Amino acid sequence: MPELQQPEQTPAQVSEPRNHQTPSQIAAALQRDHPEWASEIVEALGETTIVVPREYIIEACSFLKTDPDLNFNFLADVCGFDRGPEEEPRFEVNYHLFSTTKHHRLRLKVLLNEEDTHVPTVTGVWRTANWHERETYDLFGVIFDGHPDLRRILLPDDWQGYALRKDFPLRGYEPYSLT
Amino acid sequence: MGLENVIAEALPEVLTTRLDSLINWARKSSLWPATFGLACCAIEMMNVTSSRNDLARFGAEVFRASPRQADVMIVSGRVSRKMAPVLRRIYDQMPEPKWVISMGACATSGGVFDNYAIVQGVDKVVPVDVYIPGCPPRPEMLIHAVIMLQEKVMKESVRDRRDAPEEEAREAITPGTLPVTDGSTLREPEKDQPPPYTIASTHEKRRSF
Amino acid sequence: MSAVANIPPQFEIVDRPLDTQMTISMGPQHPSTHGVLRLELVLDGEMVVKATPDIGYLHTGMEKLFEYRKYQQGIVITDRMDYLNPLGNNLAYVMAVEKLLQIEIPERAQTIRVLMCELQRIASHLVWLGTHALDIGAMTVFFYCFREREKIMNLIEAASGGRLTPSYFRVGGLMMDLPAGFERRVQQFQNGLPHALDEFDKLVTGNRIFQKRTQGIGYISAEDAIDWGLSGPILRGSGVGLDIRRANPYTGYENYDFEIPVEHDCDVWARYLVRMREMRECHKIVQQALARLKPGPVKADAPKVVLPDREAMKTHMDALIHHFLLVAEGVDVPPGEVYQPIEASKGELGVYIKSTGGPKPARVHFRGPSFINLSALPDMSRGCMVADIVAIIGSLDIVLGEIDR
Repeated sequence: MPELQQPEQTPAQVSEPRNHQTPSQIAAALQRDHPEWASEIVEALGETTIVVPREYIIEACSFLKTDPDLNFNFLADVCGFDRGPEEEPRFEVNYHLFSTTKHHRLRLKVLLNEEDTHVPTVTGVWRTANWHERETYDLFGVIFDGHPDLRRILLPDDWQGYALRKDFPLRGYEPYSLT
Repeated sequence: MGLENVIAEALPEVLTTRLDSLINWARKSSLWPATFGLACCAIEMMNVTSSRNDLARFGAEVFRASPRQADVMIVSGRVSRKMAPVLRRIYDQMPEPKWVISMGACATSGGVFDNYAIVQGVDKVVPVDVYIPGCPPRPEMLIHAVIMLQEKVMKESVRDRRDAPEEEAREAITPGTLPVTDGSTLREPEKDQPPPYTIASTHEKRRSF
Repeated sequence: MSAVANIPPQFEIVDRPLDTQMTISMGPQHPSTHGVLRLELVLDGEMVVKATPDIGYLHTGMEKLFEYRKYQQGIVITDRMDYLNPLGNNLAYVMAVEKLLQIEIPERAQTIRVLMCELQRIASHLVWLGTHALDIGAMTVFFYCFREREKIMNLIEAASGGRLTPSYFRVGGLMMDLPAGFERRVQQFQNGLPHALDEFDKLVTGNRIFQKRTQGIGYISAEDAIDWGLSGPILRGSGVGLDIRRANPYTGYENYDFEIPVEHDCDVWARYLVRMREMRECHKIVQQALARLKPGPVKADAPKVVLPDREAMKTHMDALIHHFLLVAEGVDVPPGEVYQPIEASKGELGVYIKSTGGPKPARVHFRGPSFINLSALPDMSRGCMVADIVAIIGSLDIVLGEIDR
């Protein structure tokens, strides 16, 4: 497993009171303290989304997990999304975080272009990401670098194509036949 | 198979109605299903076997886990493309006489799921005797289907099902070597490859894939 | 063998020179795997060195299908996911869409939603108990559980028309109001439930064979459980008192008084006790929901989202036009994304819906609890025997429809 990286301690971090923060406060604090991690924050429908550049996803996740006031120790979901073949960036990977002690939720989003669909894996931070990332790879073709066992999980092993991409037809390419 | 075929072959010109009735009555009264519950219809199948709608009254008492001991395969649920070769193999493992009930809309025709993942009708994979619509069908419908199958069994004749003669049986392709189960659709088809089935089963002569 | 070669090195398979290990495939057609699950078991005699789940045999492409169906049509697909808890799936999906549309649900609809969901939770736990005990060898419990379940399914069928796939909830409320006499029938069922649960206790809980087969099996500590993303009764059986109904309340659950059963043994026996106690808590919640039922509307006041009443549609022009447009064109949902978690009977069921405007969603993703609970099986089953695998799978309470979607 990769070593968990310790976040740098800046003086501004120590002085902020950290308990009972809402997700929007958490996101704002994160953007203030580590501006390179949060390139954009979206607040809508009572949920907070932080767009994280893909180079920093492991650091951001480890920080969010290990910081005692945030304690996002539960990765609820890793979900891919294909915006369509004409969009740039084409793919999104959403990480839904939850804290079992503080009961707050957060969403991290990584945007990927079509040519370069590589993301570092967060299996080292939460082991549950293993199957989530396998499913995202299986259905979208997003490759998670450093994943211990990246292979298809839902579709048959010899399936060609990635089923949930927008340019994959609903009914597939050929009807089923035994021969 | 076995004794009744010996009798039928020994007396080829004799009408076998009494023998037929006896054998068919015995077969229909103890149709043992193979557990092939796949999805939601499997839960309704479990409801049929439980005390409220009791399928054991009609002879389908024991749901055999091993297909080698089963008579009827109730395909209950949606068959995905990954599961279809397994379905075919389980069907092949059942000894004759065997029947298939396709339970539910997904097994009959793909159901709600008209997409890349579901085989649009299990009769693309195995020959089906009784189709049951519904999503999921009520337990009473499954009982009706079993009764319908029993009526169909009563109409059969012992001359319809014959054992394969010995030499042909030895030349049959053994299970596990069928090209359909090892991803061969991706490779170029080799020339002069024997067809996967050398013996036409009595069901399949009426069907085309 | 090729199956073993795919296993990555971090899972420590020891290559012994005498080759005493054997890889067998359990499933996909197997009486004890609760569906089409295939396990690759690496066995050393009877002991399991490694158990790797191989799923996908029921993959239905539901998430792709949602993108081609309007939001209202998608409710029908959600029934078939976790087919033992279809009302829970309906609720999660419908609540996510309501969050996107930001509409308020009337109180009677919320109370009925809680009532039906808790009845569904009892039904789901009854199937779990019946099949788990059946796998371990107790056949009588199976029939008793399904007898009780028939009563619940009759109630759900009376309300919605479907026993196993009700599709009772709609965006903005319910399909229609409860039929006459429903409260009396639910009360009748409630009166008989504690006696039935005591019967199950007599049959199973005190049974020494059941205890010996389930105690000490399938151990997973609390930290490992959180790290593997387990939720629901498995997490509560490992000592973590997390219940989404308390942590992120929805549909008015904050107004109900119920306990969260927690056990600390972290094994199959603890999960069994948790689920048995949960059934009693559901009984309490249903009683409170029955007491809270007051007359009122069951659909939200949002004519562009909710279908109008049949009588209004037949007599008023604007209701007719709304009905036509809603059925023909669907609801126009503003762009946005939402993640709605609920406490299903198996754990945290999360629905992620991303909308880019229009009547069809751009992406619907279901975070199925059984999918994640099953991923911890290799960790839980190291060193146990083949018969224990069956007990562990029973305690995980997996439903393949939710795993494979």
